[in-house]
Amino acid sequence: MEKTLILGLESSCDETAAAIVDRGREVLSSVVASQADLHEKYGGVVPEIAARAHLENLLPVLTETFDQANIHPDQLAAVAVAHCPGLTPSLLIAVTAAKTLAWAWNKPLIAINHVHSHLQAVMLEQSQQCFPSVALVVSGGHTSLYNCRSPLELELMGRTLDDAAGEAFDKVAMILQLPYPGGPSIEKLAQLGNPKAINFPRTYLKKGSLDFSFSGIKTAVLYHCRGQNMLGNNRVATMSQQEKADICASFQAAVTDVLVKKTVTAAQKVSAQCVILGGGVAANSYLRKQLQIRCEKLKLQLLVSPKKYCTDNAAMVAGLAWHKLQANLLANLDLEPLPHQA
Amino acid sequence: MEIISRKVEQTIEIGQAIGEAVGGGEVIALIGELGTGKTHLIKGMAKGIATGQDDEVTSPTFTLINEYEGRVKLIHIDAYRLENARQLEALGFDEFCEADNVVVIEWADRVWELAAEFEPIEIHLEHAGPTERKIRLDNLPQAMAEKLMCFN
Repeated sequence: MEKTLILGLESSCDETAAAIVDRGREVLSSVVASQADLHEKYGGVVPEIAARAHLENLLPVLTETFDQANIHPDQLAAVAVAHCPGLTPSLLIAVTAAKTLAWAWNKPLIAINHVHSHLQAVMLEQSQQCFPSVALVVSGGHTSLYNCRSPLELELMGRTLDDAAGEAFDKVAMILQLPYPGGPSIEKLAQLGNPKAINFPRTYLKKGSLDFSFSGIKTAVLYHCRGQNMLGNNRVATMSQQEKADICASFQAAVTDVLVKKTVTAAQKVSAQCVILGGGVAANSYLRKQLQIRCEKLKLQLLVSPKKYCTDNAAMVAGLAWHKLQANLLANLDLEPLPHQA
Repeated sequence: MEIISRKVEQTIEIGQAIGEAVGGGEVIALIGELGTGKTHLIKGMAKGIATGQDDEVTSPTFTLINEYEGRVKLIHIDAYRLENARQLEALGFDEFCEADNVVVIEWADRVWELAAEFEPIEIHLEHAGPTERKIRLDNLPQAMAEKLMCFN
């Protein structure tokens, strides 16, 4: 079968990324500016928060993406870009680049929802059938449950009302004075701790609700470390490593319990056979394991993104774009970035 | 002015009263530790500004800025991940501070140098009990102060 190569671009948050993917599955190249040692190779800067960093990273990332895939722009079938949701000045960089390239190379332009593309990550380099399913996207900026009938038919079933799960990990890491990024720090220390040492609250909201709330558990950890009402001493500096490990393990268990419970409740609600897990927090081994155990019990198939595609990347953007190209869902050259989800 | 909020729901009500009193052009600086209710206060403001999106107000710690359309536009900035005022400037802070927008900054103390230039309404939040929060408001416009009297 003939190849259908799509170039994907992504700059919705901190990562500047580009990728070339064949027919939604086979990744020819996937380059992310914050992981590659591009700044050494090209003398650029380490990505920071400003759009300027995306701008500085974009061309080296693009060059690297084409070099690794060893293809010429003529061979592309389309150019795709994550245009929502995110920070407008950041999104603008990849959107402007994609529009320019699509126009210059005379290729169709495809607009992709960044959060939806996180689910496409499970299909990269795999051949399983994933639909219909229920999907959990859990990251620093999002915690959302979707009912997925196909890659393009996603219905939002629940989302966080305050903090995203990944944000809770980062803030708890800050409370415990662990290194950034907080997710991996907590996961590592939690391996040495007892998940039942402290009974942190699990917030389930109203009966039947599929929404999430993680601001309460963050405060519970804070009070545990600093005394009720913040009136005690900050014990973190004098805590033993074991006590910190127990806090990490207990916190991680509480967040995981809620994520797992709501995800399987959602799956049962729509009689899905399959559960998809994506987003940066999907790299957390404890969450992967607990969800796997629960899914096996309920005879649900669990599909998890390969770890390298859990965090922001453009391969998932190019992957989802293939389905949109087939459905002829193309964007115009007047495409604008949207801070919220389209 | 100093207000004690007894619980999260009341923090949201206080935010709603603030939201009802804004007319555009305000810059509001929120200063307070983790878990003092900054995001909940902004949820209330979104309700008061009639964005119809108050359910969707979530912490922009990772995205840095959320925007909500209402009677005026609510620009919700989270400076938690910013290291200094210059980074806020790089995000185009000046451009957000105009007459049609209400700009609210969480963790404003981290970018105070720049925020202070706009003479913001200052809201300091502190833990005062398991669910109680002490909320101190400075540099309040008259109309907003009157609106908040009932909580005092």
